[in-house]
Amino acid sequence: MTTAVLAPTRELKNHVSLVETIRQSLVMAYRGLLKIKRTPEQLFDVTLQPIIFTVMFTFIFGGAISGDVSSYLPYFIPGILVQTVITTSVVTGVQLREDMGKGVFDRFRSLPIARIAPLAGALLADVIRYAIATTITFIVGMLIGYRPAGGFVGVLLTALLVIAVAWSLSWIFAFFGTIARTAASVQGISFLVLFPLTFLSNIFVPVDSMPAWLQAFVNVNPVSYLVTAARDLSNTGSAGIEVVWALLGALTVVLIFAPLTVRAYMRRT
Amino acid sequence: MTTSTLAVEATGLVKTFGDQRAVDGIDLQVTAGTVYGVLGPNGAGKTTVIRMLATLLKLDGGSARIFGHDVVKEPQIVRQLIGVTGQYASVDETLSATENLVVFARLLGYSGSAARKKSGELLEEFGLTEAARKPLKNFSGGMRRRLDLAASLLASPPLIFLDEPTTGLDPRTRLQMWDTVRRLVAEGSTVVLTTQYLDEADQLADRIAVIDLGKVVAEGTADELKASVGSSSLHVTLKDVADLDRAAAALSRVLGWTPVVSGARLTAPLADADRVADFLIDLRGADIHLTEFSVSKPSLDEVFLALTGHGVETDEITEEQKEVAA
Repeated sequence: MTTAVLAPTRELKNHVSLVETIRQSLVMAYRGLLKIKRTPEQLFDVTLQPIIFTVMFTFIFGGAISGDVSSYLPYFIPGILVQTVITTSVVTGVQLREDMGKGVFDRFRSLPIARIAPLAGALLADVIRYAIATTITFIVGMLIGYRPAGGFVGVLLTALLVIAVAWSLSWIFAFFGTIARTAASVQGISFLVLFPLTFLSNIFVPVDSMPAWLQAFVNVNPVSYLVTAARDLSNTGSAGIEVVWALLGALTVVLIFAPLTVRAYMRRT
Repeated sequence: MTTSTLAVEATGLVKTFGDQRAVDGIDLQVTAGTVYGVLGPNGAGKTTVIRMLATLLKLDGGSARIFGHDVVKEPQIVRQLIGVTGQYASVDETLSATENLVVFARLLGYSGSAARKKSGELLEEFGLTEAARKPLKNFSGGMRRRLDLAASLLASPPLIFLDEPTTGLDPRTRLQMWDTVRRLVAEGSTVVLTTQYLDEADQLADRIAVIDLGKVVAEGTADELKASVGSSSLHVTLKDVADLDRAAAALSRVLGWTPVVSGARLTAPLADADRVADFLIDLRGADIHLTEFSVSKPSLDEVFLALTGHGVETDEITEEQKEVAA
């Protein structure tokens, strides 16, 4: 009678290697890019928000803080860049939450792939969103008169630094995305974290104009280090120890939140 | 003959949601190379069982092995042996059919060109070539289901779980799905399918487990299940619907089964044909008149009724609404 396939003959293993994990994450990132290609309207926020934020805050605060708009620009453009790109990373968590509610995530869970791949892939694809937001912020800045003294290399390094940190921070919002019940609540919790982090920093105003107790917080806020590093790179082409602190902070966030997120994701039923 | 390798061996499966025991001590044994039907009404725990066996849901009790590999200890091995097609299509709405399959194939380790080739073959096999480039938003429920099944077959898994594969499909598409299942088994795969359609289990499954309220209430081949209920069943149609309750009461008193009622028609399994006369005399005595009377071989419907104590609840309308809304 039949000689059917009863016992499978393929090679079976219970672990996914690091190389396979990276490959699978890249495939998931490719899926994210396909989705962006199919629904380009999800890029509205990263195209419109940098234009509105940059123009609006420059002209609101410029005169009050630096005397005139053009002397505020070198101070403010790197700052608003950080603000914009980090805000964009919140959307990563919101979209992940929406995506996970769909049946396709059941299939990802039933495939013999690394558990982290669907998450890492989604976050990786969002790098394109940060890159768009960064490019537009710099272009708008230059259109209203900003001339980065750090030159092209300085601007490029700023962009890479800010994108890398935003990607790391997006793990926090991805974590909220995995534990929250609805996309709206992800947005809610995320902004509660985001607003103190970005507004209680040196993005908008010089720290020495703040009361001492607030300075204490602003000076340890990792966002302040990132902003200082971004300013130095854009305006001088070189940077100090702040770059290291910003990157170390980012790494710490990934080391804490990536495992937490994967665990929460695996526990979801 | 083949040796009887077990594709699925589950013992004492338990899953609780809050204080509700959705799955309450289920044992299953599925021989490799066969179709196994898990039959039950909505909410019986069918999907929960499948999700536990497919490593999608934690076990709250019991154990399960897929081709000898424990679903808890060796989940990644189990995932290499199974394909899962869920009740609601687990494919990406925004992407096209080809893009969906290519992404899944690449995740499974196919190279770029092999992934495209394999996807093309499956799309052709499932009659989706024409729509391959369109986003799934424009797909009908049946097309989505077919794509979903195609995605489950990318890795040619030896065991395929189909969770209500034909719920909400039109009759023609349902027959196509049945053919596909038969072909898969002919090629050597093992299929575990859940269904709330008795004829589907009857048509496809080598063995059937009837489950209700999280428990297996009967297990066997379709013939064994039918035989366990009695050799025939009784149908009577009343002249006056107003007599329904009294007739039903008489029937359950004399024959021992609560009948299935549809309109003015009562149906019940008939274990002992001699009792029919008593029932008819009862009806005469109560002045209840009949327009029709027949005795026939039992269908799985009657088996189901006898085993679970209630009829088959279909929710086709809500299923279809979900399809439309999706």
